Amino acid sequence: MTELQAERGGDLSAPPIDVKSKRLRYIDLLIAIAAFAVLASLPFLFSSKALLDFVIRCAAFGLFATSLNLLVGYTGMISFGHGMFFGLGAYGFGLIMQRTGVPVPVAFLGTLVLTAVVATAIGAICVRLKEIYFAFVTLAFQMLIHSIILSWVSLTGGDQGLRGGIPRPKFLGIDPTNHIHLYIMSCALLVIGLLLMRQIAQSPFGYTLRMIRDNASRASFIGIDVWRAKLTIFVLSSLFASTGGIIMCLFVSGAYPEFAYWTISGEGIFINLLGGVTTFLGPMVGTVLLLTLNDTVTRLTEHYGIVLGIVILFFAIGLRKGLMDFAVEWYEARRGDKERAP
Amino acid sequence: MDIDALTGCFASAACLVTQTTSGLIIGMLLFLVAVGLTLIFGVLKVVNFSHGAFYMFGAYFAMTAYQLSGSFALAMLCGAAGTAILGLIFERVFMSRVYGNDVLMQLLVCYAFVLIFDDVVKIVWGPEFRSMGMPTAFQIPPLFIAGGVVPPYYLLLIGVALAVAAVLGFSLARTRVGKVIRAAAHNPGMVSALGINTGLIYGGVFALGGMLAGLAGALAAPVRSLTPGMGFSVLIESFIVTVIGGMGSILGALIGALLIGLIRSFGSLGFPLFTEGLMYLFMVIVLVARPTGLFGKEVA
Repeated sequence: MTELQAERGGDLSAPPIDVKSKRLRYIDLLIAIAAFAVLASLPFLFSSKALLDFVIRCAAFGLFATSLNLLVGYTGMISFGHGMFFGLGAYGFGLIMQRTGVPVPVAFLGTLVLTAVVATAIGAICVRLKEIYFAFVTLAFQMLIHSIILSWVSLTGGDQGLRGGIPRPKFLGIDPTNHIHLYIMSCALLVIGLLLMRQIAQSPFGYTLRMIRDNASRASFIGIDVWRAKLTIFVLSSLFASTGGIIMCLFVSGAYPEFAYWTISGEGIFINLLGGVTTFLGPMVGTVLLLTLNDTVTRLTEHYGIVLGIVILFFAIGLRKGLMDFAVEWYEARRGDKERAP
Repeated sequence: MDIDALTGCFASAACLVTQTTSGLIIGMLLFLVAVGLTLIFGVLKVVNFSHGAFYMFGAYFAMTAYQLSGSFALAMLCGAAGTAILGLIFERVFMSRVYGNDVLMQLLVCYAFVLIFDDVVKIVWGPEFRSMGMPTAFQIPPLFIAGGVVPPYYLLLIGVALAVAAVLGFSLARTRVGKVIRAAAHNPGMVSALGINTGLIYGGVFALGGMLAGLAGALAAPVRSLTPGMGFSVLIESFIVTVIGGMGSILGALIGALLIGLIRSFGSLGFPLFTEGLMYLFMVIVLVARPTGLFGKEVA
């Protein structure tokens, strides 16, 4: 077979994949709408404010963790400083709202632009580094941003955080000071964010990322600009992490240095492990698990670290994979058994 | 920012001496922690994220031993030996299970132990600040060098760290054990095939790394306050040191630690609020110029 024929062969086999992925995308959209409908109906079914708070926190951390999975799971870039974008989102949004008084959507977009600029600058330096160096340099940038927040007292309020509340004016009929409105808005942001990330993950670009993860040199041989692809996903994922930070800022009506501290990144990595990095919704499952765990453990015992540590050890040494990975493998093994049976 | 204070200090010999010694002791403590980290990485290819906990345990062990016995030498010994045993157990029981897995699992096992160890210290020694107090042998008037104040304990600290650096450098380069360790770092499979127990080497190197961190903690106990979580800032700083110096390089760890120590002590004059930021900035600059660190070799 000549090279030309090989290329044609590739073209011939391409359409069925496209059809399949298009059908999958409609399914994604349907699932997203159904999920939003379920989430939006919760306030009418349960009157518990704690439940709504829990979902809002899940939205903030879920967006953050899923965006980290785009780096860790899909591209194989273990970032230990992803939390800086969470903090940047919270501080950026809070500051824009406090200082300028523009409408919420403008501040939202402004924060995303700010995040994109910072992420491009940091990413341009970081993404060419290998595994462990990448992890540390991102960690160093995270700590750099954290120490800037702590030391620039006149702008950020130092270790006290942004206090005095974030102004949350009404926009487009939505009132962020109303708990239900804030809840619905967070759910909408979560579902839209997840849907967009799913599109990225299932796009040809998403498959390029998987290829880079599996074999970066081979990807580079077939003409993929690895540096550019990595930088693109670094910036894209920072936008979703920043959105998580914005939700958090709206929720607590403030921003605190802890949002930009390395432990947020550590938790993000842990969430990914807990849920599993091989499935798209793994981090979301991990978020719900970790937040539930957090709430229960802190209520039951003051020795939070020991309990959480043992749970992590169970996942890291015992299961060696996340819950969703485990579930998917179990399901596939069971289906395999059924198919083999007469 | 206070640039005048910084330039003023450079003009005065007394201030220079004081700041340089304080930079040196920060650097030397960091070196002891970082050299263990870099050794463990060089041989086991594992980044020991829980290394700060060994520093913390070293300090607490030393404090307890000192309070019970009143002997400074015994306190140092307990700090070092206790963490060596801890390191050995930690490596054999837990870390050895995640070799060859991806970095993520190793980081997570260490992260779990950071959380667990901090809580254990809280339970055993309490969450509040503790202090060991300066041993009576060193409660003597400070030395004055060119007008600068140098407490005698600082000299001991610097001396011990330099001795450790010399002994380590010599044994790795010249002795049989050192050669085996370097061979195991290079090709563990071949070393194992030659009839050498690599598990023992791994455990030994981890115990040695833990011991050095514990010694650093024990040495720091008289001059720093002890809290659960004290290991973390040291851990981050020693990461910066190893990354600046180059992962796996002992000389790199020494130079990196001294640079960071000096940046901290002089930076605290000129940029009191941004001292930490200066370190991160320095690390970023080094990595942009040389991604493998000042003395690091390209990792295949």
